[in-house]
Amino acid sequence: MLLKISTTYAPATDLGYLLHKHPERMQSFALTFGKAHVFYPEAHAEKCTAALLLDVDSVALVRRPHGRSAENFALAQYVSDRPYVASSFLSVAIARVFSSALSGKCKDRPQLAETAIPLKAELSILPCRGGEKLLRRLFEPLGYTVAAAQYMLDPQFPDWGQSRYFTVTLENTCRLSELLTHLYILIPVLDDEKHYWVGDAEIEKLSRHGEDWLTEHPEQESIVRRYLKHQRHLTHDALARLREEDAQETDETVQVEEAQVEERMHLNEIRLATVTAALKQSGAKRVLDLGCGEGKLIRKLLTEKQFEEIVGIDVSHRALKIAQERLHYDRLPEKQKKRIHLFQGSLGYRDKRLAGYDAAAVVEVIEHLDLPRLATFERVLFEFACPQTVVLTTPNIEYNVKFENLQAQNLRHKDHRFEWTRDEFQSWAIEVTERFGYTVVFHPIGPEAENVGSPTQMAIFTLEDSGRQIT
Amino acid sequence: MLIKIPEPSLILLIGPSGAGKSTFAHKHFKPTEILSSDFCRGLVSDDETDQAATKDAFEVLHFIAAKRLAAGKLTVIDATNVQVEARKPLIALAREYHYLTVAIVFNMPTKLCQERNEARPDRNFKPHVIRQQSQQLRRSLRNLKREGFRNFLYVTSTPETVESARVERQPLWVNRPDEHGPFDIIGDIHGCFDELIELLKALGYEISTQLDGETVVEPPQGRKAIFVGDFVDRGPKVPEVLRLVRQMQKTNAALCVPGNHDVKLVRALRGRNVKPTHGLAESLAQLEKESTEFKTQIAEFLDSLVSHYVLDNGNLVVAHAGMKAELQGRASGRVREFALYGETTGETDEFGLPIRGNWADEYRGTATVVYGHTPVAEPQWINRTLNIDTGCVFGGKLTALRYPEKELVSVPAHQTYYQPIKPLLDKADERSSAKTHQYSDVLNIDDVLGKRVINTRLHHNVTIREENTINALEVMSRFAVNPKWLIYLPPTMSPTETTKIPGLLEHPTEAFTYYRKQGVSKVIWEEKHMGSRAVVIVCREPETAKKRFGIAGDTLGICYTRTGRRFFEDTAIETELLKQVKETIDKANYWEILNTDWICLDCELMPWSVKAQELLRQQYAPVGTSASVALEEAATALETAAERGVEVGVILNDYRQRAAAVTEYIKAYQQYCWRVQSITDLKLAPFHLLATEGTVYFDKNHLWHMETLSKLCQNSDNNLLFATSYGVVDVTDDTSQTEAIRQWEELTEQGAEGTVVKSLDFIVQGKRGLIQPAVKCRGREYLRIIYGPEYTLSQNLDRLRSRGLSHKRSLALREFALGVEALERFVHREPLSHVHECVFGILSLESEAVDPRL
Repeated sequence: MLLKISTTYAPATDLGYLLHKHPERMQSFALTFGKAHVFYPEAHAEKCTAALLLDVDSVALVRRPHGRSAENFALAQYVSDRPYVASSFLSVAIARVFSSALSGKCKDRPQLAETAIPLKAELSILPCRGGEKLLRRLFEPLGYTVAAAQYMLDPQFPDWGQSRYFTVTLENTCRLSELLTHLYILIPVLDDEKHYWVGDAEIEKLSRHGEDWLTEHPEQESIVRRYLKHQRHLTHDALARLREEDAQETDETVQVEEAQVEERMHLNEIRLATVTAALKQSGAKRVLDLGCGEGKLIRKLLTEKQFEEIVGIDVSHRALKIAQERLHYDRLPEKQKKRIHLFQGSLGYRDKRLAGYDAAAVVEVIEHLDLPRLATFERVLFEFACPQTVVLTTPNIEYNVKFENLQAQNLRHKDHRFEWTRDEFQSWAIEVTERFGYTVVFHPIGPEAENVGSPTQMAIFTLEDSGRQIT
Repeated sequence: MLIKIPEPSLILLIGPSGAGKSTFAHKHFKPTEILSSDFCRGLVSDDETDQAATKDAFEVLHFIAAKRLAAGKLTVIDATNVQVEARKPLIALAREYHYLTVAIVFNMPTKLCQERNEARPDRNFKPHVIRQQSQQLRRSLRNLKREGFRNFLYVTSTPETVESARVERQPLWVNRPDEHGPFDIIGDIHGCFDELIELLKALGYEISTQLDGETVVEPPQGRKAIFVGDFVDRGPKVPEVLRLVRQMQKTNAALCVPGNHDVKLVRALRGRNVKPTHGLAESLAQLEKESTEFKTQIAEFLDSLVSHYVLDNGNLVVAHAGMKAELQGRASGRVREFALYGETTGETDEFGLPIRGNWADEYRGTATVVYGHTPVAEPQWINRTLNIDTGCVFGGKLTALRYPEKELVSVPAHQTYYQPIKPLLDKADERSSAKTHQYSDVLNIDDVLGKRVINTRLHHNVTIREENTINALEVMSRFAVNPKWLIYLPPTMSPTETTKIPGLLEHPTEAFTYYRKQGVSKVIWEEKHMGSRAVVIVCREPETAKKRFGIAGDTLGICYTRTGRRFFEDTAIETELLKQVKETIDKANYWEILNTDWICLDCELMPWSVKAQELLRQQYAPVGTSASVALEEAATALETAAERGVEVGVILNDYRQRAAAVTEYIKAYQQYCWRVQSITDLKLAPFHLLATEGTVYFDKNHLWHMETLSKLCQNSDNNLLFATSYGVVDVTDDTSQTEAIRQWEELTEQGAEGTVVKSLDFIVQGKRGLIQPAVKCRGREYLRIIYGPEYTLSQNLDRLRSRGLSHKRSLALREFALGVEALERFVHREPLSHVHECVFGILSLESEAVDPRL
């Protein structure tokens, strides 16, 4: 990756003093992840350009002992853009190679270091998650004139679309230290990645380098968020290896996706409240939350004394771990702890641990099952687990036209295998009751709209008292 | 004294300390068969004589005893056992595990015991202790029979009798491990004599009538019939049937187990008060005409039958109403009850008939259980159990199972002799036949979760770690296709050892060397296509998918990835692909040639970009774009600096080389991509014919596979099926190897991924067990996609050479063994859960952390 810094200040070659690097010599620096070279493609009185060229050792990148390298096997990108793009590696190099310039010190031209001069920075190439729009929103408020050229992913396959890479030119009249500081912070923000562990030290760095300008920056919030997050690297596990065919998307982004679609109405809140009320109404004391995810419903149920035992089951071990954290399980008083059980299970398998409960909540779960496998789910739940009450919710596809963020034809979530109309849902549910000896009533959840109903539909199944009971 | 001991049984040695129990035990039993209270005292307290540890010691003793009994092991309890309270829990334990109990009493003179104790330095019992024990023993003697030692009670009272005693072990009546058959197991007859004769004839039995009118049956060479009971009631010729089966048993032409109707008849014949219902009246009426002598014989015959048989080294169990795994080969009232009536819940259904428990559904034993008792329209395998009562007397048919062939033979009933209370399942009614099948089609989570040990025929036991099953459960549940389709997942494959040839990581030489070292002289290379692995199952018609795979709906098969997902999200493309593969098989006439109505193929599906679209867009293309721009601009900047006289040294040249490597990298991935708009853009290259009905093809060598499949591909009208190039190499011959290397170079220069080198035989067991079935040997340019664009630069390549293959290779073997096992189990019609555990195991192993570049 290459960073070029030019000035037209006269004499331009004073840039050499500011950077503390001689314009006529090439200098190389050893870094933990490779090498940095500084040289000047041009250096005369009218214009001077310094280049910082970074050689990231691609092989060492992968081989570096990490401590948690085993877990990161799948994530480690052997074919990686890291050696080629401007990223946190470049920030580290700036801090190392241009340390005095970054802090605004200059032994030979102390005055100049304090002076705003015409500066131009050119980055080849800069990954921008968030595109040119974000690039401008980050730099323009700081007074930069921004020019950006975007690259296609592969000109041979135009339908693959644009890459997130840009060649970026930033022009401003400012102090060199300002320019370097902005780059130092904003490059990793645009890249939205960090090559090292993000800990408390990052907060300190951010406040040190950002105190002058960040407080006023309109994008302050997103800068801080992006600069500090990405702890999610840790949470990836062996699962990622198996899911390589999936888009490399984390669950978080997927959830954000669905939440955004359903945003304005806090639908999830309404849904959980309605389900909780239905469970209470049923008189159930021991309840199952099938597909409990990160435990939102469990937290709600826990506040209701009526529920003596709450069992959360999810197929994702990771989700259960998060649920456990969110419930502060380890810190709960013994009595509360005893009420909760979390374990991994699958609605595709008969499971004797599910038998004998008063009620089961199946909230926004069935649409994640392939339709042909629904038959197994039906038997696992209604025949083998056979709770007295089943409270089940699923999206109502008719309502999708009301979501502004949702493109026509799209389902609300990438992992939804189907979404049903009210008719489809109800005829399925009625068929289930006939086969397994339940009765059913339906309720809308969320605001009802004309002709399309409510965003979520709920069915409450009750086991018929027929003496069919299993002994 | 001869001490007969049934095996297995629980044996209590009873006698005071010093009576000689331990000496006796060690003389007649294996050390592991003996559980001594002294030893257990030592275990918990370091002191075998520490009486304070007695309570804990017995807890340990009972615990171990329970484990041994559960495992079916003969167990000797070496403790004084003189108090009734001491014996009681042991007897209860024996009951719980359906064990017979044996008591061997050492009623020695008290004085002798005291002397012996005094002679032992480690014993310091006061004389009164021994006296007390002797008294307790004597008080017990009277009641021992009643306590539970009715049939096996041996009392010794002199050292001489103990010294001269012989112990003889006898297998339980029900255990006949040495009877290997082959057998013809015949369902409930209920007096249907004519059908029985027809069935026996159909099975190849010679039937003749002697002068005295006696029917004599001669089985085909080496075979034997087994009757599952219920000879009597409801049908027209009860005495004839009884006469025949008794005769067959006498002449060793048959084994019989009793049915509930037979037992009831005996009670009636013996004058007990039984209700003449359910056809008993008919039996009694027919027997009325027979002699008293005959009736006595019959009663004795039926009474002598043992509850069930465990045959063929424990691989086959025959009982009238079935037998749970934990009751097999055991003896107790409960076992007999189960054999006669099956598992009843104590409730009755709307017809007043008992509701049966679903033991078969939960059956996880390894033995095949064949039984009758409940009429069904069609026999259905459920978890290695088969009900062959096809309701002959109700107008169904009389069915036999040939074992070990597992073929069904049946003859239809001449008429409906008896109206069933509950309508016999209508043959045409699919729902009802699905109902008998229903339990086995929902998998049980206990069959997959937690640490698993899977027994495979190729590679012994394969252990799946719990942490890996956790991942597999999620993937299987969320993404995989219906488990009924998942009869196989392809194993991972290791690359060759790293070559020392400059500029390369992999080369065929190492592959050839590997096989030569393993003692394999003939190998085959096959072109390795760069696409995505696909397993394709094609049925001749949708009916096959329904019947053989249990898949509802109108489908011809499936195409899934190496992790068990549906290959195409677009079902229209899948349907078209399957249709075209089917038509190709039609045209090649392979249905007839292979005598099957379904085929499972292991394939590579191209282009890579179909399945790897996301990977290409998120990883490969971005790296290409960013690298080429970045390196280009860096080189330009360096050139500009150099032009004005700055000394840039070797760096400029480095950057030019790197830029060139990136250009090669982009070329490398681009050639595996092309736009797919319809099926005509796809290519499917099959390279293993995995399985067809009843057959797997692991005994055929790879040349056969390649030839068979290339013939098939020639029949592909629209060039969907694509034949793979291959060549056979003699790895002991230089010319042959040189030629193969030349072909590899040629292929990889043309852009092929590389080759796969396999032993010519599909499965090779080397000196140290199974050897790698295949190793891959990838081309220099292709590996840029794996190791990064610049891996060929010498400073990179030198470091990449140190790569360890052992984990990858061990994984490859375990997955291969499981894949073969899954298919074997499927074609042998083992229950779904048995197939699924193997496939689930492969998926679990795939989540083990291993360098993904290998």
